[in-house]
Amino acid sequence: MPAFRDIVRRIDSIKSTQKITKAMQVVAATRLRRAQAAVQATRPYADKMVEVLQTVSERATEYKHPFLVRREGKRAVMILITTDKGLAGAVNVNNIRAATRYMNEHHTEGQRYVTIGRKGRDFLLRYRREVIADVSGVSDRPTVVEVLPAITVALEEYTQGRTDAVLLCYAKWISTMKQEPTIRVLIPAEIPQREGGSTGPRADYIYEPDPESVLDGLLPRYVETQVFQAVLENKASEYSAKMIAMQNATNAAGDLIDALTLYANKVRQAGITTELMEIVSGAEAMRASS
Amino acid sequence: MKYELRVVSVERSLFEGEVEFIIANGADGELGVLARHAPLMTVLKPGPLRIQETFGGPEQVLFVGGGFLEVLPERVTVLADVAEHADEISVERAEEARRRAQEKLAGTLTTAEESEFQQALAVAEARLRLARMRRA
Repeated sequence: MPAFRDIVRRIDSIKSTQKITKAMQVVAATRLRRAQAAVQATRPYADKMVEVLQTVSERATEYKHPFLVRREGKRAVMILITTDKGLAGAVNVNNIRAATRYMNEHHTEGQRYVTIGRKGRDFLLRYRREVIADVSGVSDRPTVVEVLPAITVALEEYTQGRTDAVLLCYAKWISTMKQEPTIRVLIPAEIPQREGGSTGPRADYIYEPDPESVLDGLLPRYVETQVFQAVLENKASEYSAKMIAMQNATNAAGDLIDALTLYANKVRQAGITTELMEIVSGAEAMRASS
Repeated sequence: MKYELRVVSVERSLFEGEVEFIIANGADGELGVLARHAPLMTVLKPGPLRIQETFGGPEQVLFVGGGFLEVLPERVTVLADVAEHADEISVERAEEARRRAQEKLAGTLTTAEESEFQQALAVAEARLRLARMRRA
């Protein structure tokens, strides 16, 4: 039977671990709120961008930007978004699994990856996948400038004809309890259809310099916006998963503390009982001998 | 006469309100927009976006690192690449960015990289001009 003191020491150690997991849970909850606000903040820009794209592409129908052309080949570049730190539940594992599975199913030749986040990069390198660019250490309030290099590399691969598609994988935030790995095809780009059919002839613009140059400028930014939004949403998913994981850890620590406290008390009682028995039997022996 | 203006970047919304006049740095040179301007869609070059709530009145200046300007009958929208308020720009930071861009230009580069740095340089210089303009 272990000594009473040893059990007490173990309880103390678990208590301090519990304090840490509790703190991490609170921090994750705060950051989750911030990440969600950041996702919301991109909406006006993204919505307007889609609206303008629709109008411009209706106008420049005979012009085919390379990003809109479907290529036959089976090569692809996957932009894989993961977190930099662990302790975030199954978010990273799910993303990596979804990305590699999709690649193996649809793009059997020339699989290459661009990673945003350390976990994805480390995993892919360990399994000898080809990682052509990596951006890690994205701050808690990501800016477009931080993410841009990764997107530029992927788009360059496409414009220089070294790949046939550019894909994106991230954890879509559904609720605090649920995040879902999601694959999106960035190129060939699909301009979302206008809702509720055509709303009559749209006001057309004067273009400066011309519709083609406007479309040339819009498409890369459209892709950038999608990736940036995915990075933000992945942050929200990361903190949701972290919050739940830490909540579970805090509860588990509580259960363990309860069980150990009960055990410690039993050990203490047993100790007292043994001592009492010794004293009584000692006294008995003395009386018998006198 | 006023119209509704909205300036948004991917990261946040920078301006929303009723204005009478704006001056932007368009692809074909500076242009001013008053109410009832013809519908227009233009590429913006890096530079200041000057907003006047009343025509000829005090100006609010935003820095726009490229983007798009859309003029519709009822509304004007600016999709800004990297937009910041002019008072948020420090001369030091702009200088630093310009120096970096020039250093990289000095080395040997592919054409793609060069045009990217030219762009970075243009952004840095426009920022610097704006910051100086503020200070004067």
